[in-house]
Amino acid sequence: MSEDKNYLNMDLLRFTTAGSVDDGKSTLIGRLFHDTKAIFEDQLEAIEVSSKKRGDEHVNLALLTDGLKAEREQGITIDVAYRYFATPKRKFIIADTPGHIQYTRNMVTGASTANLALILVDARHGVVEQTKRHSFIADLLGIKHVAVCINKMDLVGYEEDAYIKVLEQFTDFASRLENVTDITFIPISALKGDNVVDRSENMNWYKGPPLLYHLENVYVGSDFNHVDARFPVQWVIRPHSDEHHDFRGFAGRVAGGVFKTGDEVTVLPSGFSSKIKKILLADQELDEAFHPQSVTILLEDEIDVSRGDMLVKPNNQPNNSQDLDARICWFSGAKKLKKGAKFLFRQTTKEAQVLVSEVRYKIDVNSLRKNEDDQELGMNDIGRVALRTSQPVFWDSYRRNRNTGSFILVDPFTNETLGAGMLR
Amino acid sequence: MKNYNLTHLEQLEAEAIFVLRETAAQFERPGLLFSGGKDSIVMAHLAYKAFFPAKSPFPLVHVDTGHNFPETIEFRDQFVDKVGSQLIVGLVQDSIDQGTAVEETGPNASRNALQSITLLETIESQSLDAALGGGRRDEEKARAKERFFSHRDAFGQWDPKNQRPELWNLFNGRKSQGEHFRVFPLSNWTEMDVWQYLKKEKIELPSLYFSHEREIIERNGSLLAVSDFVIPNDKETPRREIVRFRTIGDATCTGAVLSTAANLDEVIAEVAASRVTERGTRADDRRSESAMEDRKKQGYF
Repeated sequence: MSEDKNYLNMDLLRFTTAGSVDDGKSTLIGRLFHDTKAIFEDQLEAIEVSSKKRGDEHVNLALLTDGLKAEREQGITIDVAYRYFATPKRKFIIADTPGHIQYTRNMVTGASTANLALILVDARHGVVEQTKRHSFIADLLGIKHVAVCINKMDLVGYEEDAYIKVLEQFTDFASRLENVTDITFIPISALKGDNVVDRSENMNWYKGPPLLYHLENVYVGSDFNHVDARFPVQWVIRPHSDEHHDFRGFAGRVAGGVFKTGDEVTVLPSGFSSKIKKILLADQELDEAFHPQSVTILLEDEIDVSRGDMLVKPNNQPNNSQDLDARICWFSGAKKLKKGAKFLFRQTTKEAQVLVSEVRYKIDVNSLRKNEDDQELGMNDIGRVALRTSQPVFWDSYRRNRNTGSFILVDPFTNETLGAGMLR
Repeated sequence: MKNYNLTHLEQLEAEAIFVLRETAAQFERPGLLFSGGKDSIVMAHLAYKAFFPAKSPFPLVHVDTGHNFPETIEFRDQFVDKVGSQLIVGLVQDSIDQGTAVEETGPNASRNALQSITLLETIESQSLDAALGGGRRDEEKARAKERFFSHRDAFGQWDPKNQRPELWNLFNGRKSQGEHFRVFPLSNWTEMDVWQYLKKEKIELPSLYFSHEREIIERNGSLLAVSDFVIPNDKETPRREIVRFRTIGDATCTGAVLSTAANLDEVIAEVAASRVTERGTRADDRRSESAMEDRKKQGYF
């Protein structure tokens, strides 16, 4: 295959990283970028100049990701930065987040769209509190694949013992995680380049692939739910033209399962049924549609469907209730989440009002301990909460489907996004 | 079981179409910023796909510095005719005439920064509550932190330290009276993705993107096309070169690159081999380390 046609076969991997100043995360990303030619000369030149101005001894690759003035001034990452690189096989989207506990909400945000979490462990220190926190957040957000990079192997003489120690510590801890099913351990030195892009010659005892090979080949296709057909309607297309006078198409993104022409579907909440007449992607007719495709569905019968409704299969329907049980991560510093509070609730394309009926417990993200005495969630807190919505919501558990099991809470007065939740 | 996988371009397209439809659903009068550049052409194409067979619900909004390459305006007008969308033009000259914008002076004077003023005035006069832009996070470090739905206060300002968290595909476009949103459906695309998509979808582009011979001068490391707006000074010697443009903006600050890439295949090969970002040719980003962040806070695209 000629190189310029490769892109028609490339797929996409979204992964998240979290880290603090010293764990080598920036060095690792810098190396991945450098070795896959994703850093450009003008960018490198710009950060060389900035590094000198700051008095840094080496070119500070963190300046590449810390884009905001405030971040540069304080030398910290305060927000999620999205970074991109590609190999001939895959395009990668990195959600790069700060690692400190006061940025839990940023880690949660970065993890919400990722399929894989890259977790860095310093070979000298082993599994520490931060490792557990990052792993717990990845697990909470339903990430199934974790790549544990045991970094700074050069500082422990490339000894297998250090690697085994971390592997055992992490495996022991990971038995408490719910969603993570695939853990890969890779001994690396981000600084020296061992096992990042190319196989290290310093660690012949390690038989696995280098990190980039793993990222290029890890299979995430089966992470999407292709079983439970869910189509939240976003927008109704009515052309108002003579040519398409009777056209009524329901536009949306398949949130789960597979829809085929001829399939019988039920519209929620009305309960009316019809058959799929056509599936369109612009002027192109498709036989079937699956997540994450954005398509337009035409039905055989004229039934009332609008934004916020959901097309499903008659024999496989989502939960339908007003009482919800969720884990929530709270973002707001100005407002707390407590019993009796009311917010706007947004899930798929639906909006409703919601009342907090109970705060069941708060989770310590370091120890994973539950605290039932603390009944308020403040900024960066994660807790289990019972909610009641103003109208029925169609949902699946977040473990089963990220798209129909997730929601955000919005302040009806300031319009700020206050928190995000995962349904149980 | 069948392998339900999409390629990276199909995933990016599906995501952008989803964002465009959310914009139509969540706002009353959204407009699509259209410069005649490749990103805005891709946006208009995606809007066509998102609402087919209905027309795109977004009027096209062009903020015109008056310092255009004639090829861009010609292309714009033909494009608008073809898609049948409404075209709204905001003229920087009008802002200058009204006294709301003041022309820069000096050898590197540019109307680029003034576009923010005209854009905000156009948003206000047309009562737009969302402006769809082709901005991408790979373009510039300040843009790497940008949201899909990016809130602007009543003064059109962006507050990068106080952005709304954006999780999954749940976009919060709620706002108070007088505020608006900038929406960036191409956030996750890279320059390469845009070129590959243009090729895959066989989308037509202005001729400026392909190699041609042109009279240029070198100014502050950029190759600028000599025109009524870029006049060589005593120390600058114009010369003729085979060039093309990687971005198309205001003629006073959009640099050309020496290139013989005459079609999309050759451009893709060139982008793949390039060691400089496309904004590396933009004099407006070189003014300071946080030039883009500063302009964005003031309401820039």
